[in-house]
Amino acid sequence: MIPVSQRWLLGSILVAAAVAPIAGRIDSYVLDVLLGATINITLAVSLNLINGFTGQFSLGHAGFMAVGAYASALLTVAYGKSFGSLLGNQPFLMLPVALLAGGLAAAVSGLLVGAPSLRLRGDYLAIVTLGFGEIIKVILQNVPLLGGALGLNGIPTPINRGWAEPVLFFNLATACITIYGVWALVDSTFGRGFIAVADDEVATEAMGINTTRYKIQAFVVGAFFAGVAGGLYAHLKGSLSPTGFDFNRSIEIVVMVILGGMGRHIGVIAAAILLTVVQEPLRKLGDWRMILYALLLIGLMLTRPQGLFTLPLRRRTAPAN
Amino acid sequence: MSTTASQSPLLELDQVTIRFGGLTAVSEVSATVGDQELVGLIGPNGAGKTTMFNLITGVYQPTGGSIRFGRQPTGGLRPYRLTEMGIARTFQNIRLFPSLSVFDNVRVAFHLHLDHDALHSLTRGPKFRGEENRIRDQTRELLAIFNLERFEGAPSRSLSYGDQRRLEIVRALATRPRLLLLDEPAAGMNPSEKVDLMRLIQFVREKFRLSILLVEHDMKVVMGICQRIHVLEYGRKIAEGTPEQIRSNPAVIAAYLGEERTAA
Repeated sequence: MIPVSQRWLLGSILVAAAVAPIAGRIDSYVLDVLLGATINITLAVSLNLINGFTGQFSLGHAGFMAVGAYASALLTVAYGKSFGSLLGNQPFLMLPVALLAGGLAAAVSGLLVGAPSLRLRGDYLAIVTLGFGEIIKVILQNVPLLGGALGLNGIPTPINRGWAEPVLFFNLATACITIYGVWALVDSTFGRGFIAVADDEVATEAMGINTTRYKIQAFVVGAFFAGVAGGLYAHLKGSLSPTGFDFNRSIEIVVMVILGGMGRHIGVIAAAILLTVVQEPLRKLGDWRMILYALLLIGLMLTRPQGLFTLPLRRRTAPAN
Repeated sequence: MSTTASQSPLLELDQVTIRFGGLTAVSEVSATVGDQELVGLIGPNGAGKTTMFNLITGVYQPTGGSIRFGRQPTGGLRPYRLTEMGIARTFQNIRLFPSLSVFDNVRVAFHLHLDHDALHSLTRGPKFRGEENRIRDQTRELLAIFNLERFEGAPSRSLSYGDQRRLEIVRALATRPRLLLLDEPAAGMNPSEKVDLMRLIQFVREKFRLSILLVEHDMKVVMGICQRIHVLEYGRKIAEGTPEQIRSNPAVIAAYLGEERTAA
């Protein structure tokens, strides 16, 4: 018998498969916003595992996203010919393999950054992850294989190569898998350890829990999904430039998590959708948008520090099944 | 773990010293706690009692001397490893997990007796579900022993002060310790709660067959239940003995009454 939660996951992936064929027929602008929203859901939900549930303030999510984006694009562009022929030039095979590669590359970088720096707390960890994001950007700008400052172009997308259906399907599926993954991870006796780490590290260690191991696991899993999201982003935009993964991008994801309520499932998903949609009419404002973000964040902290979509009192009870 | 250690004490402190910069918080303290023994640790404010707890549980590493638990040296081990060996504790300033329910505060402490990990949480197979059911039952059983089961779904912060202290003891017991360290469990309790607590501590020792080391300011509680008492002053051990011996020990009387300092 399949557990109820997994039936939900399978069901939603089937829905994604049923919805995917509309990708070629709907307006490309609408498709663009839809894909942007699902990518943001994946990013925000995965960051929520690190910043929300485990309480480790990371500002490096755009960095992990960049690693995943470039790694997956390398496969479909730079090594596109041999990679494509290996998989029979089937986008429905090429894309998931490329995404997985992006996720794994990001997870490895998450391990490399996390293992030494997760001994640090609060502000210090934030600074290290911020530094990581900047280092990634500089590396990308200076490696010729990755296109340097010009960036990487010619990535297959819904527009240029008719990858609409696979891109939409794997966007939706990734968002579903990420939501399920983070939920399932936290909703267990094992997973309550993440929340315990966020609450009180000394007390958590006194319960026989290796806090470092939990923090690294959160970091690696979070980075993995950020990497997959990066791969999806690459195959939505068609070109990558190092500046697309700067500090502002990390902040955007952090805002989604805080707006939705740190360590809340539904709220963070809602915030990711809301901020993606709200961004569209604000595009004319250009960089002024970030000021709006800052004001939003300050207002939120003053009025609803628990998150916009969170009821003041929450209840966590026994496992459902 | 060895079960033949009945002759040697469960916990053994040998000339333990810790310095913070120029301050020697604990100085050459030797002490023991035997198997299933209830030992008190008393002393005026700032005598180094909580520091001793932090040394025993690995929060601090001693700058001199050694600590053995079940004959194994504990030097250099992180706190979670010591809990694994069988040392559990409560905190002077209650440290429950505020984001977790009463139920989950206890559930999370079953971590050491968990076969599943991240992967099992994701796959949620029959083994995972069986184990979750077992832990749920054991958690409820523990909560029921301490009359806390009706608060199961409530946030831990919503409990009364006394209930929070008891929940901390339940949480520590979920790790299945051989030695339980209680850091001022009676603090903030009224006299009738204190009487209940004394009964509870003795009940816990017998029911779970463990040793208890108790730091407490309340002399009635300490004298009432401890089999043996260690007395600290300014980081040094000034006396050791049964409650009767401690009551009549001149050094202890001087420490508590002989100076312009009250017994807190």
